[in-house]
Amino acid sequence: METNTRKFKRARNGRIIFTKEMKKDYTILVPDMLPIHFEILKYVFVNEGYKMELLRTAKPEIKQLGLRYVHNDTCYPALLVIGQFLDALESGKYDVDKTALMIMQSGGGCRASNYIHLLRRALEKAGYSQVPVISFNLSGMEYNGGFVMTIPIIRRCAAGVIYGDLLMLLSNQTRAYEINKGDTTAQISRWVHEITDQFQAGKGFSFKEMTENFDRILASFASIPMNKVAKVKVGIVGEIYVKYASFANNNLEEFLAEQGCEVMVPGLLGFLMFKVDARIQDVKIYGGSKVKKFVATTLLNYFKKVEKAFMECVDRYPVFTQLSAYEDTKPLVEGLISVGNRMGEGWFLPAEMIELVKHGYSNIVCTQPFGCLPTHVCGKGMVHKIKEMYPKANIVPIDYDPGATRVNQENRIKLMLSVAREAMEGV
Amino acid sequence: MKIGLDVGSTTIKSIVLDGLGNIVYSAYERHFSQITAKTVEALEKIRARFPGKEETSLVISGSAGMGMAENCAIDFVQEVYATKVAAQEKAPGTDVIIELGGEDAKIIYLQGAMEARMNGSCAGGTGAFIDQMATLLGITPDEMNDFARESTKQYTIASRCGVFAKSDIQPLINQGADKRDISASIFSAVVNQTIGGLAQGRAIEGNVLYLGGPLTFMPELRKSFDKALHLKGTCPDNSLYYVALGAALCARNSVDLDQVIFRLSAYESVNDFDTLPPLFADEADYQEFRARHARADVTYGKLEGYMGKAWLGIDAGSTTVKAVVIGEDKEILDSTYLSNSGNPVPIVRDYLTRMYEKNPQVHLLGACVTGYGEDIIRNAFSMDYGLVETMAHLKAAQEFMPDVEFIIDIGGQDMKCFKIHNSAIDNIYLNEACSSGCGSFLQTFAGALNYSAEEFSRQGLFSKNAVDLGSRCTVFMNSSVKQAQKDGVSTEDISAGLSISVVKNAIYKVIRPASVDELGRRIVVQGGTFLNDAVLRAFERELGLFVVRPVIAGLMGAYGCALHAMEHKKEKSKIVTYEELQSFVHEVKNTNCGLCSNHCLLSINTFSGGRKYIAGNKCERPVTKRTSDAEHNIYKYKQELLAAYAPVDGKRKETIGIPMGLNMYELVPFWHKFFSELGFGVVVSPFSTRELYLEGQYSIPSDTVCFPAKMLHGHVEYLKEKQVDAVFYPCMSFNFDEGLGDNNYNCPVVAYYPEVIAANMKFPGRTRLISDYVGPHKRKFFPEKMTELLGRYFDGVELKAVKRASDLAFKERDLFLGRVRKKAEEIVALARKEGRRIIVLAGRPYHVDPEINHGIDMLINGFGVSVISEDSVSHKVSRFPVKVLNQWMYHSRLYAAARYVCTQADMDIVQLVSFGCGLDAITTDEVRRIVEDAGKIYTQIKIDEITNLGAVRVRLRSLLAALEQQEARKAE
Repeated sequence: METNTRKFKRARNGRIIFTKEMKKDYTILVPDMLPIHFEILKYVFVNEGYKMELLRTAKPEIKQLGLRYVHNDTCYPALLVIGQFLDALESGKYDVDKTALMIMQSGGGCRASNYIHLLRRALEKAGYSQVPVISFNLSGMEYNGGFVMTIPIIRRCAAGVIYGDLLMLLSNQTRAYEINKGDTTAQISRWVHEITDQFQAGKGFSFKEMTENFDRILASFASIPMNKVAKVKVGIVGEIYVKYASFANNNLEEFLAEQGCEVMVPGLLGFLMFKVDARIQDVKIYGGSKVKKFVATTLLNYFKKVEKAFMECVDRYPVFTQLSAYEDTKPLVEGLISVGNRMGEGWFLPAEMIELVKHGYSNIVCTQPFGCLPTHVCGKGMVHKIKEMYPKANIVPIDYDPGATRVNQENRIKLMLSVAREAMEGV
Repeated sequence: MKIGLDVGSTTIKSIVLDGLGNIVYSAYERHFSQITAKTVEALEKIRARFPGKEETSLVISGSAGMGMAENCAIDFVQEVYATKVAAQEKAPGTDVIIELGGEDAKIIYLQGAMEARMNGSCAGGTGAFIDQMATLLGITPDEMNDFARESTKQYTIASRCGVFAKSDIQPLINQGADKRDISASIFSAVVNQTIGGLAQGRAIEGNVLYLGGPLTFMPELRKSFDKALHLKGTCPDNSLYYVALGAALCARNSVDLDQVIFRLSAYESVNDFDTLPPLFADEADYQEFRARHARADVTYGKLEGYMGKAWLGIDAGSTTVKAVVIGEDKEILDSTYLSNSGNPVPIVRDYLTRMYEKNPQVHLLGACVTGYGEDIIRNAFSMDYGLVETMAHLKAAQEFMPDVEFIIDIGGQDMKCFKIHNSAIDNIYLNEACSSGCGSFLQTFAGALNYSAEEFSRQGLFSKNAVDLGSRCTVFMNSSVKQAQKDGVSTEDISAGLSISVVKNAIYKVIRPASVDELGRRIVVQGGTFLNDAVLRAFERELGLFVVRPVIAGLMGAYGCALHAMEHKKEKSKIVTYEELQSFVHEVKNTNCGLCSNHCLLSINTFSGGRKYIAGNKCERPVTKRTSDAEHNIYKYKQELLAAYAPVDGKRKETIGIPMGLNMYELVPFWHKFFSELGFGVVVSPFSTRELYLEGQYSIPSDTVCFPAKMLHGHVEYLKEKQVDAVFYPCMSFNFDEGLGDNNYNCPVVAYYPEVIAANMKFPGRTRLISDYVGPHKRKFFPEKMTELLGRYFDGVELKAVKRASDLAFKERDLFLGRVRKKAEEIVALARKEGRRIIVLAGRPYHVDPEINHGIDMLINGFGVSVISEDSVSHKVSRFPVKVLNQWMYHSRLYAAARYVCTQADMDIVQLVSFGCGLDAITTDEVRRIVEDAGKIYTQIKIDEITNLGAVRVRLRSLLAALEQQEARKAE
């Protein structure tokens, strides 16, 4: 085959390096996890001259492809994401010799850091070994000349994330109560358009522009006519992909909305801060490089600044509830779990649960892929103690995998909702 | 009146309450998944019984009623909630409800914060499980209860799920264990599953209510619960109807019953299932398929009056017994295929009697047996040879396709696939702890839907919209089927869907080829399950090629045995004669082996003529009297080394307890030294035992975490009982850096399990738990950080002393690893001197635990093979590129050990994998790649609570047989 004889620049372990030349004419495919966030983030990179496309496919065949090419005991997110990539490559929609794939690599101690290798293996098996895979990470793993995360790009990404968090936060709080069906959705698409337009024009990244935008977004959502009937308030937490991606969690948010609930899904920025902070905590706990600690602290402080700007704006609209700042969640887990617990969602997962309980979202669906290792500890392992600490907490852990059926998941969630409704009536 | 309907997984229960809340009607019926029709029927009965026009309200509950109720706009309450409502009304003061249903198990806590635990992804310990086990024993569930009452002994049966339990029970049956004891053991497995899987750390105490079918009908099961919980629970009136009762109590909105019935009758479920194309386009398509497969046949003769030489082959499988007699031209003279309802001995005896009666002069030159019952049958009837199953099947397959490249055999509950390379077995895939997708699975479903297995599979042949049921464990499929039924999918489509799932399981779960081409083009399929045309067709379609299914697909094991016997060219078989059969006696005595601390429960079978067969043993010691010793077994040596870290008293008054589990299996030397040098008393918990596990089981929060992690709870309990001042079980994100990988993480469970212990176990007394984070990988900072840490718990811990203790601790660790490595050298040298093969039994440090490895090390020794471990050779390799992110330290050792094995001709690797270990999904593929790239055979053994070594034995024997064959070929 012609493609196999092509000369690629390769790293020591044999992977294809995504070069500057490739940047010119390759399309980078990215699996969608959060529709609002990722749509906005895409334009950070479009603005940098990348051709990027989000994969939003959700056909059942994707699961089958995943099962075929990935070890079945691997976590569900890997299976879905890899299935999605292969499905895209097989669809004929893309020139496979001009396509690259991008996947997140956390670099933590959980299996997710290995997805990229599983993906490469799957590509090889499926006959797409010429497709380069780009690792998206903040730890300097797998250098690619054509895709470099610079400080300005990281900052812009943080902006994209925070816009996404804001739109997600507000829309969840208006959609459940809007009088005119569709108002919320209309606002979302309006703002996604507006922000992506700004991004394309290189705007919307500065603090000044951000706060202006935040304010306008808040005002427009606050103006949606609402009928604030009493609804069961449910928080969704868990493993990052299953928690956010509706494809993975069988449209959990939609199901909860159908059941008459208001949903709160904690934002993405907190998770990113947790991941950066993990490096600082490691040095604090075990000792180690001061330089690494400094770099991480600088980045974390920047995120904190963004978070602060965001929170101050939301504070001006008391109609909206927001969760606490990242740093303020640490005291919540004292006596429960150490902030040294840093793999997967780590200590931040129980912190989010407590946050939700404290903000009135005491009914919680804790999602995880079946057999997810870190959540044995930081998810399921903590539920018991959290309930002891906060008797109101009504938490149901739900496992997701290709074999788990909706009926079982929904049945369990319904039980959680029955208890929630009873508590609501009892008040 | 108020009507409550409980539409469960297998039954519909109805309750009618009058205006005063009295129960005026109740009914209980199996619905055989005709959910809508049966619901209508149930309501019509109620309408007929109460024809008046009084105000009626109705609520439906139950897992299978959810979709239907929603679609027909009938009020619905979740079943656990309904149970709770009923209990509050009918049994106030109840603290905990334990309810077992058809496929559900629940514990509901009513005091304090109401909480309910349901079985999620695991259906072990439910009514369906008990039914399945009863079927296996060939008794009714009622009989099982009667049997259990008279038990005298208990066997350990894995309680995790039906599949595992089954593989524990089947051998017990085959070994002739008493059904009374098995029955009682099944009940306690159910109890363990319920408590372990659902209670998740919350104690079950106070007034306990037993509900649901199994607990209502089986007083012995209730007694088992009482015994385990140390209390006396009650099974109230209407214990079957609590869900329906609760639903009725929740009924508020009045309805027009006629209209409801009308709506339900008109209800056609929406089919939102993924569907698959039909298996056969039409009848002609099917006939062509039949004709093609009919060509793969053997010749036949007649045993009656046959005067030539003959050979006998028997396959004593898990659920069936097959026998074949062949003549000089390999023609089949006689054959039988009988279901094995527990004990294969009488079945074989009857067959032999019939065989002799058909031809009293039969001139048998050899008799060979294979299968689960190989040993017992071989001993009972004095057969000439025993053959490992895989070899038997290969022999038979080569008769049909001499250049066969791949054989897949799906039997009752086991699946064997093997690749053939240069006519030798090159790679073996067995379904480990999972039997989803095997014959008994289809049969169970057929039974549940009231069909015979044949009828059921025929139903699927011409299904138009086969449902996609996924490809995972039986338990998952159970609920997929449940959902399909709920959605009104026809039996035809479910049947076809199940057949396709069986195939997908085999391909994508057991074999997992990179691409279909990897299996080769020359494939023989066999085993009873492939006699099912739907399965066969699905298989051919999935692979996109035609395969050979011999007409005798169900007899291949026996046929292969007969061929094997023929090859040996013996003069005369020593099999029992007709006369000897007449006076044949088989006696079973159970006793505990006293040769080591395992105290295996042995079944000693004695047969007429003084032949004896011992079963139930984990090692060969009670049979051969040979011991497995450290000379040939590094696992033994490591145990000896670790056991030497005995309790010590210190100068200080405080005692530190170290739980011997997970990473502590390697760190005991380090911490024992560290703390004793600091002047603390030190106590280490002992190696795990079943009892130790059960002690801590109540506090396990995640039932899907690996068994070695679950074990920790028992160890901590032990240390609490020892009244140590502190259990020292620290979190460690990182392990020591041995320089073999990109990073040196611990796996998330090893790293953070202390957090789980802290959050789920109580430390009210003297003992504290130290679960802080420590990092000996940062040698430089370690003493300072440790001083700080210990200062939070103890007075007078000085940095200077900690520095000294650290130095000695690091040295002790090096010493320990050094001893292990040196011992490995000795074992290898001795093995080479004695001409023994060497197996690198590769796992994690905690796989040294005898309760976790189930004595697989000794089993390998029993085959005359020496055993070393991954950590005893990994240092011989320096870092090399692998195709995964090599970031966990223990796993780096696996890759290194695999690499090392590739350089040693007399070494092979067997990888131990704990069930539920997510990281091994990554390591197994990589280890396999490393050894296969070097032309070695990769063997993986999955272990869990499961204690039976039958499947492991097959696997290891096949490996050894394959290695021998390879060697023989090389020698040629």
